[in-house]
Amino acid sequence: MRISLFITCYNDTLFPATGQAVVRLLERLGHSIDFPLEQTCCGQMHYNTGYQQEAMPLMRRFVRIFREAEAVCIPSSSCMAMIRDHYPKMAAEQSDPGLRSEVEELLPRVYELSELLVNRLGVEDVGAWFPHRVTYHASCHSQRSLHLGDLPLRLLRKVRGIDLVDLPNIDRCCGFGGTFAVKMGDVSAAMLAEKMRDVENTAAEVVTAVDNSCLMHIFGGLHRARAGVRVAHLAEVLASTQDDGAQEAGA
Amino acid sequence: MTIRVGESAEAPPFQKAALPLLEDPQLRKNVRHATDVIQRKRGLVVAEQTDWQELRNAASAIKAHTLRHLDHYLVQFERACTAGGGQVHWAADADEANRIIAGLVKQYGGNEVIKIKTMTSDETGLNEALERDGIRAHETDLAELIIQLGRDRPSHIVVPALHKNRSQVREIFRERMHLPELGDQPEDLTAAARHYLREKFLNVKIGVCGANFLVAETGSVCIVESEGNGRMCLTLPDVLISLAGIEKVIPLFQDLEVFLQLLPRSATGERMNPYNSLWTGVHPGDGPKHFHVVLLDNGRTGILADAEARQTLQCIRCAACLNACPVYRQTGGHAYGSSYSGPIGAIVTPQLLNMRQGQTLPYASSLCGACYEVCPVRINIPEVLIHLRGRVVREQKSTLDPEALAMKAAAAIFTSRTRFEAAQRLGRLGQAPMVSKGWMRNLPGMLGNWTRVRDLRALPPQTFREWWKAREKAAGKGSHA
Amino acid sequence: MPETREEILARIRSALRDAGDREVAAERAAIARGYIRSGHLGPEARLHLFMDRLRDYDAHVVETSADSLPRTIAALLAEHNQKKVIAAAGLPEGLLPGELSFIPEKQADIQDLNDCDGIVTICTSAIAATGTIVLTHGPGEGRRRLTLLPDRHLCVVRAEQVVETVPEAIERLGGLATHPLTFISGPSATADIEMTRIRGVHGPRFLEVVLVR
Repeated sequence: MRISLFITCYNDTLFPATGQAVVRLLERLGHSIDFPLEQTCCGQMHYNTGYQQEAMPLMRRFVRIFREAEAVCIPSSSCMAMIRDHYPKMAAEQSDPGLRSEVEELLPRVYELSELLVNRLGVEDVGAWFPHRVTYHASCHSQRSLHLGDLPLRLLRKVRGIDLVDLPNIDRCCGFGGTFAVKMGDVSAAMLAEKMRDVENTAAEVVTAVDNSCLMHIFGGLHRARAGVRVAHLAEVLASTQDDGAQEAGA
Repeated sequence: MTIRVGESAEAPPFQKAALPLLEDPQLRKNVRHATDVIQRKRGLVVAEQTDWQELRNAASAIKAHTLRHLDHYLVQFERACTAGGGQVHWAADADEANRIIAGLVKQYGGNEVIKIKTMTSDETGLNEALERDGIRAHETDLAELIIQLGRDRPSHIVVPALHKNRSQVREIFRERMHLPELGDQPEDLTAAARHYLREKFLNVKIGVCGANFLVAETGSVCIVESEGNGRMCLTLPDVLISLAGIEKVIPLFQDLEVFLQLLPRSATGERMNPYNSLWTGVHPGDGPKHFHVVLLDNGRTGILADAEARQTLQCIRCAACLNACPVYRQTGGHAYGSSYSGPIGAIVTPQLLNMRQGQTLPYASSLCGACYEVCPVRINIPEVLIHLRGRVVREQKSTLDPEALAMKAAAAIFTSRTRFEAAQRLGRLGQAPMVSKGWMRNLPGMLGNWTRVRDLRALPPQTFREWWKAREKAAGKGSHA
Repeated sequence: MPETREEILARIRSALRDAGDREVAAERAAIARGYIRSGHLGPEARLHLFMDRLRDYDAHVVETSADSLPRTIAALLAEHNQKKVIAAAGLPEGLLPGELSFIPEKQADIQDLNDCDGIVTICTSAIAATGTIVLTHGPGEGRRRLTLLPDRHLCVVRAEQVVETVPEAIERLGGLATHPLTFISGPSATADIEMTRIRGVHGPRFLEVVLVR
């Protein structure tokens, strides 16, 4: 299958290793990847902070770039949720029936990474090898917007060598929340403190998730505390094999 | 018209109000404990209700329908309640409601009232208004009594004193009830309240209550409670006055079969709370001889006019969203500076105030969605929060506000590949002075709020797209550009 | 104020300009009520659920037969040494043990209610799923204050009055909707202090249910 990658603006700029892992993983599974260079941002930051008008051209841009795609892969559940939950409503507000139907037609072909793997490609064992103690953080959008359920965990359980340990209070927000993390910095920090305690209680070396945004926040706190725990996007765990050596992932 | 929601007019921004609370370990422990207990109990009784989602759907549909025909149902309620011997009053704002109630108390020759917990009367500042008219209000709900005697503010819609633990309650009761020997077991404290209030119940002639539901079909009022103080106030006085928001009406008596299953499970984690009372006007020989209902607007019609936020008025004040909220869990309710705290408070308060106050409240959420998941009437609180953020930006923010300018600039960057790629390069160059060993620990401006508690990894030397372009080039494919 | 009434109604109508079709009854009838209306348990299982749920909320439950009812009541009253007991007006003939004397509700003033040892009533219906008894305050159920001020409430429930679900109870109440209604689920309680459930704040501290089958 030819899969178009929407890497998202912050992964592109801050977390290229995640994108590289997605490419490596999907190519290993026999698919070809397309990366349209015109892509930028889904508009989530603007939309969720109250700048909904500014998000509108970004939605149009996304639709224009990806409308011909066979399948679109997004390694970020919050950007995926933005597109799935809000694009239809945004399109409906425009007096542009063409746009509305384009969004409707495109959406069923847009997948968050673990949805793509399990639900669309029908694979749980991706042949990964990751010999580390890992705990999985279920981001809010992955749980309560996309309802991913245990999709990421099913993928992780099939990883060879992994020592997967449950994160207590898995349904509780880590306190990132986009601009919330800076607008309400102290409250966000208090939420992070609880999440860090939960992470440390697992004795994991690696925290993984389907969102680098939460991970940036959690790792930022863990690193400040010199906790000796690192983070790796799910794609990076799944891309690791015995050949390329697990040490690369997330490092 | 002056709309007021508790102390909201003077309330500081959320992030500022939260600070002293975040630094109060006792309060944070109390809040965590209480919300954990309710959440756990709720989880158990919701799990045994196999038709929970169908009940939620029905409740949401009933409430949405009622709101779409609110004028019809209020007039129907008024007619039925009046036919049953009650009197209906209408109040446009808090002051008018307080004036009506004070006037009724004086008309019946009273100078004190006993009260059932009603957040609506906290919204209007009724107790203070009565006080100014020489009328004493006695709170009879245990938590409200703790708040009143402790000269405190409610911090939760259902359990207003949940921020106090037993020894803090004991100190308040010892001092204000003059009981130096009082123990600190919840049994001791509850017995002290029982004794303290019994005499009030038997002697005060006027009761004031809120309403959980107004049934349009029958003109009945429903009060849901646990302690029996409600039944005391509803049945022992000669006069009963109910203050109710106009959104409390439901169409049919039958609709109670939905709400009486959802509310107790959501609010206190019980299958049914100990007492539900319903009455219709006046019942000769049983209970008060005079019954009045005050229907309160106080900004509700403004919420009704906003089609995207109208669902806010579906709320049945169960506080499940507070208990589930990770933000409320850290700060407790006082940070919200309103009678209504937590996620529902974050959407109700600024709307009641027509977005002129409480503008930070829609931002007091990480949009995690836990509130929507537990809401028994399916209010999509995150969606309303985002909508209200939009209203804050459009209606209240200057276009020269630094945040607005930054957002405009970011939008300009994201609408052009060239600008986006230039910004990526520029960011990499610009960060250099702040980077040490691949990390940034002290950033200026708004981003300083990030690095105050967290490190930030420096932008890597190569973006994903640069890697991709190099790879395509190496493979001899050329890029899409 | 009459003008406030008109003002609020006008504001509501103006706020709802977008709401489209305003035909009330048809829209209300179309509301999907996909929740469970009637129970599925047999009579025996239903009564067991009722008793379990009552006990779960700190009520005391005893089973008896119609014939032994007066004896059961007498035994319960003796167990807690209840001497000054008020009987709800209009209790069915023969329900109370003849050998004991009761204060008739009509002769009891508020002080009697406040310092009596207990009261006896029947009820209109009961809900198994929630452990609830429903009073409509007709004959035998007492005025509302009767079941509120005393410390012990003994309530006689007949097996055929017990329904399984809340919707079934609401349906049975239909014709009595404008009576004063009291749903009682266990003795009064509070969890206002550290979420510790404490029995008996202002209403009866003890609820005793006699199930007649």
